This record gives sequence, structure tokens and C-alpha cells, in this order.
Amino acid sequence: MMRVPPSALLGLLVTAVFFGGAILAPWISPYSYDATVGGVWEPATAAHWLGTDGIGRDVLSRMIWGGQITIWVATAATLLSFVTGSVLGFTAAVAGGWVDQALSRFVDLVMSVPSLIFALVVLSVMPVTLPVLILVMGLLDATRVFRLARAVAVDITVMDYVEAARLRGEGWGWIIFREILPNALSPLVAEMGLRFIFMVLFISTLSFLGLGVQPPLADWGGIVKENKDGIVYGIPAALYPAVAIATLAISVNLVADWILNRTTSLKGGRGA
Amino acid sequence: MPDPVLTIDGLRIEATVHPPGEPSRDVVLVDGVSFSLPRGKVLGLIGESGAGKSTIGLSALGYGRGGVRITGGRIAVNGREILTGGAGALRSLRGHEVTYVAQSAAAAFNPAKRLMEQVVESTLAHGLATRAEAEARAVALFAKLGLPDPANFGRRYPHQVSGGQLQRAMTAMALCPQPDLVVFDEPTTALDVTTQIGVLAAIKDAIRDTGVAALYITHDLAVVAQVSDEILVLRHGKMVEHGEVRQIIDAPRQDYTRALVAVRETESAERPPTAQAVLTVRDVTARYAGAGADVLRGINVALGPGRTLAVVGESGSGKSTLARAITGLLPASEGRIEFAGRVLAPRLAERSRDDLRDIQMIYQMADVAMNPRQTIATIIGRPLELYFGMRGRARDARVAELLDAIELGQGFAHRYPAELSGGQKQRVCIARALAARPKLIICDEVTSALDPLVAEGILKLLAEIQAAEGVAYLFITHDLATVRAIADGIAVMHRGQVVRYGTRSEVLTPPFDDYTGLLLASVPEMRQGWLEDAIRSRRVPGSAAGLPDAPGPAILPGGQVVGAGS
Repeated sequence: MMRVPPSALLGLLVTAVFFGGAILAPWISPYSYDATVGGVWEPATAAHWLGTDGIGRDVLSRMIWGGQITIWVATAATLLSFVTGSVLGFTAAVAGGWVDQALSRFVDLVMSVPSLIFALVVLSVMPVTLPVLILVMGLLDATRVFRLARAVAVDITVMDYVEAARLRGEGWGWIIFREILPNALSPLVAEMGLRFIFMVLFISTLSFLGLGVQPPLADWGGIVKENKDGIVYGIPAALYPAVAIATLAISVNLVADWILNRTTSLKGGRGA
Repeated sequence: MPDPVLTIDGLRIEATVHPPGEPSRDVVLVDGVSFSLPRGKVLGLIGESGAGKSTIGLSALGYGRGGVRITGGRIAVNGREILTGGAGALRSLRGHEVTYVAQSAAAAFNPAKRLMEQVVESTLAHGLATRAEAEARAVALFAKLGLPDPANFGRRYPHQVSGGQLQRAMTAMALCPQPDLVVFDEPTTALDVTTQIGVLAAIKDAIRDTGVAALYITHDLAVVAQVSDEILVLRHGKMVEHGEVRQIIDAPRQDYTRALVAVRETESAERPPTAQAVLTVRDVTARYAGAGADVLRGINVALGPGRTLAVVGESGSGKSTLARAITGLLPASEGRIEFAGRVLAPRLAERSRDDLRDIQMIYQMADVAMNPRQTIATIIGRPLELYFGMRGRARDARVAELLDAIELGQGFAHRYPAELSGGQKQRVCIARALAARPKLIICDEVTSALDPLVAEGILKLLAEIQAAEGVAYLFITHDLATVRAIADGIAVMHRGQVVRYGTRSEVLTPPFDDYTGLLLASVPEMRQGWLEDAIRSRRVPGSAAGLPDAPGPAILPGGQVVGAGS
């Protein structure tokens, strides 16, 4: 029987609520995300639990739909970064030599430019659509995953069982996916939670700066941007998405911490 | 009888274990152990791994490793209960009245501090002497322990001295606070035999001269026979036999003790050399990339089909590198390797699948030689798939056959390596090598991580397999008892060269070259007084002082000092 500590349980629960909301958005959101259903910046009422926004749209509905976009973009970008980063990282570790040098130095090069600036430059010349956003975010973040995956894999490639596989004449595919990946999974999964949060913050930042999700669609960062002027008048509409981002970040971190704790070592996590 | 320094009575130690996939449970590590140790006497604790030797040793300091609890019995040091005294009392006990010498001195020293600072640390922490007094005491101990240039030795950093010297420095550290009891936890196990003998003699002299009592923990009966007054044999945490050294060695009362005493005496019949060789190594020279010197120089050996060639030498002598050159992991820069009538490509990547299949390897550490995330069936079945294209039923049937051949049975097929004991793991590695139907198996120290009785079983299994399958073994080892048990031919390696090579009887018959003589004379024998005889035969007069750490630390290019064994 696995004992889940209370903090991780709370994290799991809150994370599940957010993901549930994102998946069920079409059914649980009271109004459409882009329909004007009330006055400008109405306070919370029974009809509009979180009030309305600057052009009379229901904030709760926009929050739910915005959550869907935020979580979907972040998830897709995280998966992309993990697949690319870990496959390249493992390849670099297993191949070594010039392959490792070329990949590692290229990653160093990309990482030497701050990701946000890099993304802003790319997005200002590219059409800003969701696939492009996911691609840019995922590939930029793959550099971080690459470094972790390579470090973990370098530790594993020196193990005798990997040497035994080489002596047996196994190809790279077997060595990477059958020998290394299963033993590298635990630290990578723990890291995945943290990278996911980074993605949420990244897409929110981009949208807040106007280079992310484009209107009338909105993610949480976009909702903050739309309603930020209301704060001066005491309108809380911009705070709800901010709180949602923070809550999601904390709850996913609680889960990731727990996974990382269960991983006794970075070398494959054979511990209890 | 004077008051005992240490009295242990009805000791019971438990721990909570968390086996993978099972609920946590409590296990009893030590149960009903009682003995007392008078001042100036040495008690040897002996047993296999898991027998509770180290756990008992540490309990004399009132310490239990992570998750280990002392749940019953009493421990008294100098007549004072230590389990009930609380943390303050333990602090004044440890590093003052009772001190500890760990197995791996290399891991026990802080690499960032000079030796002197660490040797006098606990003496100063307990306020037992001023710094000047403590350092004078340390220098005297360095001299007594036969360390070179005692006055300046303490200025060195741990990486600047050899493994044997570091172990002596650790002994100095333990003796510096003038304790009443020292716990030696396998202090020479990690050392080469030629180094071990000097360290043993130094420790023995130091114990005698300072009159300290000692617990000496080891798995090697021959070692404990040299330094102890009494021996306590342990198994599964229980006392098997306790007696004087002479009685335990010459007239053991229990079956288990008898087995331990007899274990290293097996000797196989030597077979004559064959006309043709399956493996011929010609003038092979190799070096690691970036290194300035060759690690192998002009190696020439040959091995007949179905025969066993033992490659013997200390750590750093190049014996494992020879295996890497033969397997192609480290391509030879000169010379060639002939195998079954063809010349092997130097590099692994250029060898054909048949070349790879014909040469299999078994490793020292079975733990890391198997992927912890694969089942035994996958581990053994993979060579079958890869080399013979066997799938499904056919593969499973062959895996079951192999599991029977290594005497484990088919029930093991779906287990994971972590669920197996050390000996069982090594058997699975043997099955994996056999699955490829090789002509040659390279065995790299395959028994040195195992307990003697388990190792004996592995050697027997290997011999049976050789008789049945006609496979040749290249057997890399530092243990001459293993060599006597299995080898037909022997190659003695020293500093990257073969210094003596021939059939077993040729190599082990005098006259010896200097190095082989030293190596043979350094293997501990069970009889008492062997240590003194061996030291005398090295023509070093008197005490252990001045006894060199023969053959001295090898210094690799780049300044790395290779001392302690692997």
C-alpha cells in the first residue's frame, strides 16, 4: 500500500480539479467564452459568480475556457520538449564523441539567449497560432530537458549492463529505449511537473505581452492583460487568473516534490 | 580476570526493511549475541555478508545505521551502560573511549582537508590534548604504523597517499585519542594482498604496543587468524561459535565453522595445454585516449578451447584492461587478437555479430551488470532473440532450460534482479553469457564480491558448465585461492606487462620472479604466525616500521594515484 503524504494528496486533488475543469469546459462553463452577457466590469452576482469583464463577458466562463487553453498548450509543449529533449539527450550520452559535442554546444548556444527574448523575437516574425506557440515553447524548453536527460543518461551508460548491451551488439534504439529510458524515468517524470509549470508561466507571460494566445480566445495570461486596467478601480477580474496560475503552480509542485522524494537517487530510482 | 572493556549481553538489533512491491516489515539483524572483551585483547568477528558483523561492531559505539534499532540486551563500555546514557554520553564515548576504522579509508577521509587535521580532530574535539600534543602523538603513531616520513606525512592530502597508507592513517586517527576500544571494520578488505600484509602487520603491532582492545571485523578467516586472540563466528545474526583462534581453526565444533575453514582448499586437476588455441593475444599494446602511457605493453597469451587461463594481478596491473582489449571496448593500438582461427577487428563496432556472440563476459558486480528494470526472463532471453532469432515459446523454453542449468529453477523467470541474492544474481549473469553459446567467457573478478561459500558454489557451477559445453574461460582475479581452484594456465600481470606465464604448476613452482614471489607470499594462510613469517621473509627486520607498501602506488599520467583495490 502506497502512502501518499497529505501535501501531495492536496496537490493531486487541486491539480485534478484544474485538469477536470479544462476537459469539461464545454459542459460546465455557464456561458460562451466570447459572448457579451452583461455590463462592463459588473461585480460578482448569482448570474455571474466572478462578475463580468471589460466588455461584459462572464469572467468565470472565460476562466474555464482560458484554463483549457493554458493547460492544453502547456501540456502539449511539455510533451514536445520531453520527447525531443530526452531522445536527443540520451543519444548524446550514448553516442558520445562529436555527436555529444555538437548537440551539447548547440544547446549551450540556444540557452545563452534568454528564452523569453528568444520566443518574443521568433513570435514577432511568425504567425502567432497555437501550433506555432507550442512548437516554439516546446523546442526552447527542450534544451533544459536535454541537459537533465543527458546528465542522467551519462550516469547510466557507465553501468555494466549498458556495457554488456554494447558487447552483445545491441543497436542505439535498444540501448536508449530498453536499457536507459526505464532507469531514467523517475527523475524525468519529477522534472516534467516542474517543466509543465514553467510552460504555464511562459504561455501566460507571452499572452500578457500580447504575443501569445490571440483574442477573442484567451488564456489566463490574456485575461490578466484584458482586465489589468480594472484593478485601479477595485475590479478583481484580473486577480482570478493570477490566483489560478499560482494555485496550479503550487499544486503541481507539491506532486512533483513527492515524486522526486520517492526517487532515492538520480541514477534510476531503485529505492522505495 | 580484569574488568572487561566491552560487555555485550543478549544483544538484539532490528531494522525495518522496505522490499520493492511488498509491505514494510521488521527484520531481526542480530539476536542473542553476548560476549565480553578484556583490555588488550582482540576479538575477531567473522561471518558472511548479512551476518551482522558490522552491525554489532557499530553497536559498540551505540550506533545503528539508518533504520537500525537496538531493541534488546545491554552494552557496557568500561562497566558503564551506553544505551541508556542519552546523546551527551554517547558523544563523549565516540571518538574517545571507542573509535572506529572503516573499510574504505578513501571514502572516510575528507578529500579537502590535510591528513593531520583529520587525524587529530576527535582528540581536540574531546579536549584530550593540546594541538601540539595531539600532533606529536599523531606523528609517533605514523612512525609506529610504518608510514613514510612521519614528521611530514600529515601535511599531505588524502589523494596524495596510497590506499594502504590511507588505511594506516585511519588507524592512526582511531588510536590518536588513546581509546580503550577500537572497532576495525574490514580494514584490509579493499586492499591488494601485497598491500594488505603490511597494513595487517602495522595494525597488529599498533594494537599490541598501545594495549588497546579491539573488535576486528572481517569475512576472511585467514586474516582474522593473524590478528585476533579470539574468534566469534556469526551467521544470520546469531552466534555460531566463540573460542580461541587455535580452537576455531584447528578444531571447529560447528559444521558451519568447519565449512568456513575448509572453503579455500579446493583444487582442480590441471589439464595439459591443447595444441590449438581458441584465443591468442599477440604483442597487444593499448592505452586510454588522452593518456600519455600504455596501460598494456606487449601482451602475449594463448588459451585453448575448453581451458581456463587465470589472469592474476593487483588493481591497476592492467588485467581488466586486457579484457577490454579482447572484447574490443578498448581497441589495441598494436598487436593483434586471434580468435578461433580468425583475426578480430580491434574495434567493437567493426566486429561481426558472430564475433560478439562467441565472446561473452561476466562482471564482478552482478548488481550493476543487470538492468534493474528488466525481468530475469528478459535478461537471459535477450541474447536468444538477438543471436538466434528465438521468440515466444521457443525462447521461454530455452530460458527455462538455462535457469535449470544454473540451478535456480523456472520460478525465477519473472523476478527482478533486486529480488535475488548476490550469488543468484551472478548465476543469472552466467546464464545470460551461456545463452549466446560462446566459445569464450571472460570472467572479470566474478567471485570477489561474494561470500566464500557462495563463491565456491559459483566456481563449481562454472567448472560443470565448462565440462558440459567446452567453453574456455579467461578468468581475471586477484585471488590466488580462486586460481588454484580453477586455472589450467596462469598469466601474472604487473604494471601492464605479463611477468610470468605458463601452466599452473609451472607458474606456482619456484624459482619465482620477484613479483610472483611477493604475490604468493602475501596470500594469507590460516595458520597462526603466518603473518610474522611472511614479514620476516620479506627481509624487513623487526617491526612493521619501514615496511614498504610494496609495490608502491602506481601513478597514472595526470597525477592520479592508484592505491586501494577496487
